Amino acid sequence: MKNTLFTLAAAALAMNLASAGDITGTITLKGAPPKERDITPLKNDPNCGKFHSTMPTTKFYVVGGKSELADVVVSLEGITGKSTGPAATPVIMDQKNCIYVPQILAVQTGQKILVKNSDPVLHNVHATPTVAGNPEDNKAQMPGGADLTFSYPKAEEFVRFKCDVHPWMFAWVSVLDHPYFDVSKADGTFKIANVPPGKYKLKASHRKAGVVTQDVEVTADGAKVELAMDAK
Amino acid sequence: MSREFRPSPWLGRFALLSAVATLLLLGIGGVVTSRGAGMAVPDWPTSYGYNMFFFPFSYWMGGIFYEHSHRLLASFVGLLVVALTRWLGGRASRRPLAIIGIIELVAGIVLVQMGPDWKGTGHFLAGIGGVVLLAAAAWFRNVPAPKPLPLLGWIAFFGVQFQGLLGGLRVVLFKNEIGIFHATLAQLFFVLICLIALLSSPLWPRFRQWTAPSTSGFRGLVTAMTGIILLQLIIGATMRHQHAGLAIPDFPLAYGQWWPAIDSESVATYNSQRLEVTAQNPITAAHVVLQMIHRMVAVLILFGVGFVTVRAWRRLGSKHPFTRICLAWSGLMLVQATLGAATIWSNKAADLATAHVIFGALSLALGGLASFLAFQPSQQVQPVITPVAGTVPRASLGQHPSGAMGTI
Repeated sequence: MKNTLFTLAAAALAMNLASAGDITGTITLKGAPPKERDITPLKNDPNCGKFHSTMPTTKFYVVGGKSELADVVVSLEGITGKSTGPAATPVIMDQKNCIYVPQILAVQTGQKILVKNSDPVLHNVHATPTVAGNPEDNKAQMPGGADLTFSYPKAEEFVRFKCDVHPWMFAWVSVLDHPYFDVSKADGTFKIANVPPGKYKLKASHRKAGVVTQDVEVTADGAKVELAMDAK
Repeated sequence: MSREFRPSPWLGRFALLSAVATLLLLGIGGVVTSRGAGMAVPDWPTSYGYNMFFFPFSYWMGGIFYEHSHRLLASFVGLLVVALTRWLGGRASRRPLAIIGIIELVAGIVLVQMGPDWKGTGHFLAGIGGVVLLAAAAWFRNVPAPKPLPLLGWIAFFGVQFQGLLGGLRVVLFKNEIGIFHATLAQLFFVLICLIALLSSPLWPRFRQWTAPSTSGFRGLVTAMTGIILLQLIIGATMRHQHAGLAIPDFPLAYGQWWPAIDSESVATYNSQRLEVTAQNPITAAHVVLQMIHRMVAVLILFGVGFVTVRAWRRLGSKHPFTRICLAWSGLMLVQATLGAATIWSNKAADLATAHVIFGALSLALGGLASFLAFQPSQQVQPVITPVAGTVPRASLGQHPSGAMGTI
């Protein structure tokens, strides 16, 4: 009897996955973004400045030639308790040339964030979540030191990671309670894979351009979405 | 045979050195916050696992330089204050210092035994205990300073240790509230050390002549203005320890208006439109309101201290030392207001923001000392003006040798 039930459940899951589709699309920016600012403290830093031959700038609006907008966290709204947690493949955030790479990330609750230090200088990794249950932490990381691990039990948009030794270093990690999200690439594209068929609200969040939502219906063939965000 | 206390110029100089060191410490503390370096050393009392006094200089980079310098200077000020306590308390202070030193030393050793997590804290506490014991062991049989100096010394002794603990807890507990308290207590501690420096100076009997024989109304006014300055410093510390940068980027207007919009949509726009070069928390409506209050209180202080000065000038004369203190106070307030504006115009340049903190401390200290002087028993002098028939003899109200009228 147990075996039969297990087989039926497995079959249902397989059928569900088989009929699940991908949401794909592109995000563009409407309007001219503000001019990015020079990171003078980085250029002037005796240890980190030498990694940059030209003046480094902030990267709030990473926009392509056809207004494609990167670093937008795209996710499905209203889904909770679907996180695969620690079983999900850890994501890596590196500290390279005294800058976080990437600067925008998204993970599931419980999923591990591995912070590497590829620099020959020390950093401190100071995560400052604000949602109750997500602990603030501040860890030292020597050059060539072991990777640091962070994870968060509660969903929270844009948890800030920063280095207080080098205050221009900061990155943002969105924590979601499900696996249905992506961060738009340099060409503005994103792909949310294996979404069960149904109607959803798609949410696009950008650190400066704000939030845009759009209704989307996913079929076995998936769905395609074009989103536009306004420059502030 | 009991001996009498003889004012030593060295005690006054040592207290003055302590005050200068405290102001420097306050300044470096200001730099730490201005540069967002408060958490650059994640552990305390160790620094990246090292005993703070043996932290390799090659690691003193970026924010670590400021935070670690702050810790070391704090230790130096602690050392000065322990010596000051011993000096002011005379030989009678040896026993309590010995007891406290032994307790701290033993507690430190116990912590070291509790395991690697407590080793750094244990060494630090044992070190403090050792310094206190050393002060107790000092063989000088000096006579205690006159009251209330020994008591003030003890307040400074416990204050500096509590302040050090607060600084450490700020780091390990991630609490901005502790940072605000730490910053405020630093200002009060500076006033205390300045007061000790004033009272222990061999020139104090002369300074005492500067006392303005005053009415309770005037005393109340000077004290109230000092209290408002303290309130302003608390507001300032609260703003700085939100780590949100400038909540309002323009001055004298605020987002182009006399009173900025603070609805959620407007605040979201403010946050969207600022591109931070260094990590800053998002601003909130409360941050904006707090800065507006800070501006309004600044205007109140500027006019309030100006009013005190005018009143002292008119009633005591321009040459009366108390008037000069008030003039210096007004001057400080003008500099402080200019620094406040410049902090905004420079988009919160770290050096200007820090100078604003230092001048805030000086303003409070001078206000505190002026209030203290205002409450001193007046040094009455003999009338020098012959009464004219039908008039009130002005000198009978109390007059300073400068010839100015003495009651205000």
